[in-house]
Amino acid sequence: MLRYALSRLTSLAISLAVASVVIFLVVEVAPGDPASYMLGINAQPDTLAALRSELGLDVPKITRYFNWVTGMLAGDFGMSYTYRTPVSQMISDRLWVSLPLALYALGLAVLIAFPAGVLAAARRGKTSDISVMAATQLGIALPNFWFAMLLVLFFAINLRWFSAGGFPGWSYFPSAIKALTLPAVALALPQAAILTRVLRSALLDTLHEDYIRTARAKGLTRRQTLWRHALRNALIPVLTIIGLQFSFLLAGAIIIEQVFYLPGLGRLVFQSISQRDLIVVESVVMLLVFAVILVNFLVDLAYAAVDPRLRSRA
Amino acid sequence: MTLLNIRNLSLSIHGTPILRDLSVSIAPGEILALTGESGSGKSMTALATMGLLPQGAETTGEIALNGTDLLQLSEPQMCNQRGNTIGMVFQEPMTALNPLQTIGHQVAETLRLRRNGEAPMTPASARDLVRDTLTRVGLPPEKVPLTRFPHELSGGQRQRVVIAMAIIRRPALLIADEPTTALDVTTQAQILDLLRDLVRDFAMGLMMITHDLAVVSQIADRIAVLRKGEIVEQGLTDDVFRQRRHPYTRALFAASRHRAQLCDVPVHEPLLRVQNVSRDYPMKRTGLFQPRPRFRALKDVSFDIRRGERLGLVGESGSGKSTLTRAMLGLDPVSGGQITLDGRLIDVNNPATRRKMQVVFQDPYSSFNPRHRVARLISEPFHLMDDAPTAAARDAAIAEVLTAVDLSPSDGAKYIHAFSGGQRQRIAIARALITRPELILFDEAVSALDVRVRAQILDLIADLSRRYGLSYLFISHDLSVVRGITDRVMVMQAGEIVEQGPTDQVFDAPSHPYTRKLIAAAPRLPAFGDEALSTDRGMT
Repeated sequence: MLRYALSRLTSLAISLAVASVVIFLVVEVAPGDPASYMLGINAQPDTLAALRSELGLDVPKITRYFNWVTGMLAGDFGMSYTYRTPVSQMISDRLWVSLPLALYALGLAVLIAFPAGVLAAARRGKTSDISVMAATQLGIALPNFWFAMLLVLFFAINLRWFSAGGFPGWSYFPSAIKALTLPAVALALPQAAILTRVLRSALLDTLHEDYIRTARAKGLTRRQTLWRHALRNALIPVLTIIGLQFSFLLAGAIIIEQVFYLPGLGRLVFQSISQRDLIVVESVVMLLVFAVILVNFLVDLAYAAVDPRLRSRA
Repeated sequence: MTLLNIRNLSLSIHGTPILRDLSVSIAPGEILALTGESGSGKSMTALATMGLLPQGAETTGEIALNGTDLLQLSEPQMCNQRGNTIGMVFQEPMTALNPLQTIGHQVAETLRLRRNGEAPMTPASARDLVRDTLTRVGLPPEKVPLTRFPHELSGGQRQRVVIAMAIIRRPALLIADEPTTALDVTTQAQILDLLRDLVRDFAMGLMMITHDLAVVSQIADRIAVLRKGEIVEQGLTDDVFRQRRHPYTRALFAASRHRAQLCDVPVHEPLLRVQNVSRDYPMKRTGLFQPRPRFRALKDVSFDIRRGERLGLVGESGSGKSTLTRAMLGLDPVSGGQITLDGRLIDVNNPATRRKMQVVFQDPYSSFNPRHRVARLISEPFHLMDDAPTAAARDAAIAEVLTAVDLSPSDGAKYIHAFSGGQRQRIAIARALITRPELILFDEAVSALDVRVRAQILDLIADLSRRYGLSYLFISHDLSVVRGITDRVMVMQAGEIVEQGPTDQVFDAPSHPYTRKLIAAAPRLPAFGDEALSTDRGMT
């Protein structure tokens, strides 16, 4: 198991190094000079040069890359070109919204998907299965921003249970959770629908396996067989999807953040790109890449925890 | 006194009749073999007794176990019977165990169920019983700890675990559905011994389902022959084997001991030469900077196949048969030595050598693309030929090979799902024949077929070798099949050819201990009367 974890960890480190080079190159190659953008069209050449040297844009690219990477390793992400505040501060503010939101949404998705998927698989072809499948169709088909607006209309404007948007900060704990609830529901629903379908089909596959018949021959009831033997065997594809969904929720919530006026990472990236705030873009993208790779690593560990065959291989 | 009494059992699934008016009984300590070809209803009889029939099944009649009609029990009552009064052992030990749970856990599971409202066994006493039972089936926990996972065990060991699971509550009735079909002969012999001992010790009844008459003759007290859901003949094993009243029983028997008529061929120059071939596979590193250890799957293997010769290759799983086949086809590189066909090195990228050698695989169901018509499937090897026939000549070639394997030229327009297992194997042979190869490899080509179909395919192979002057290498784990279809045989063990020689000589007077062990372990059909002695040169 330790050997397996180490080998996964090595591949994690290599992926990160490669990703940092790619991100740096892509952002640097993109047209648009932050200094001229900040000073406007009529800037004087010497002012421009001064700003460029102040921002550290005049040193060779390779040096900038190493400054950037070593800075990040030390927790220093540099200064935002636009706001002149430390990037690390900006990111951590936003991360404290995006990360809880992603976890909240994923938790909801899993809570909905597991009972629904198990129910649908256990009663294949019966009314409950057909209703669950119809509901998942709907969940996948509905655009989540539209669903988010419906939620706002109903729960915020009509019932006044929640506020329509904004985020009060974590010092107001219950209301912070409350502010994240509608966005989390809007994000979770399509993910729950996908997860339900994956779990159902994975369970149906495992229910055809020979060891399920063996378990029945031992005297286990249908239900016991499903919970004790089929579910864990069906987990591998489900874990893969959960990993993908978490990465998506962390970075891809931009539309929902927009609908609910949440100061999340998605909006930060969007603003920084439009303002040519390259250093922020680089750092946020790097952070997201790190998150995705880390989640994949955790999913790999989860595979090994579920399946002893992976543990002994490494 | 009877233990299990099945009376007038009829079964249909979604309206299709599967079993008709079936009546058999088993006494305590008795072994009843249900035998017949695939689709005869053997397994369905077992599943009906277990109450595990597929959806849409309707039954009439009675299955009485110790006087209780199992068909009248509710599902919860049946759950109390399963694993408790009836245990079951399945065919595929590789897939019958949950890969994510330890063997100890899986064997103990049935003890921890609440039965008839009684409290389940305490974990400590359950563990003791699991240890005793695993020791009884030949897996003492000192040697095979309870914490092992199924993938860490061999096929025979897994089957012992499955047997331990089935007998741990001392069921009155044990059902074994082809329990040894997936195992090697030596392992099969051990498992059959174990089952026989358990039946005697525990006074269990055993319903043994098998297609293999030789296995039946070794283990069963009584035998029931099924055909299309009906019992055509049943009685004491000796009587049934001696008398063979029903024509179907006679046909099964004849097919089981069938030997193809091989014509005599003059000895020619070598066609294929395998010289000092070895093949290594890298294994897991033992340490980060250690070199990878290597597993030697083939050790210095040398042999020739002469033109017109029919050579057999036998050995147990893991002996290197498949590695050798892959190397001969050029699919795997060799680590040392060389393989030449007609004096030229085998090369997977050289169509000239490839078209001279074709292969027929075991599984008639998965070796064809289901979306192509048969004509396209069998003409595929044409891409190996520079001068492949086109248009009318191509159609004529397809028609010719289809006729050669006793199918009709019009079958070329059909899809593969329209054919039975035996017909598919004919199509596979047609595909191999179409480039007029000089050598065909038959890799377990008849192992998945019923005995009567197998006999027909063996006749076809013998006939084709005569008509086309074919040489072939016939690879099989089944010694009796190899004996009936080859001139010369090689025995492989752990990557080495330990014995080779004329087939009859090797089988009648094996010189290597491993060959002797294989032949001793292989179940034998008893020979009754003169007919057996005159038509068969002995069976293995």
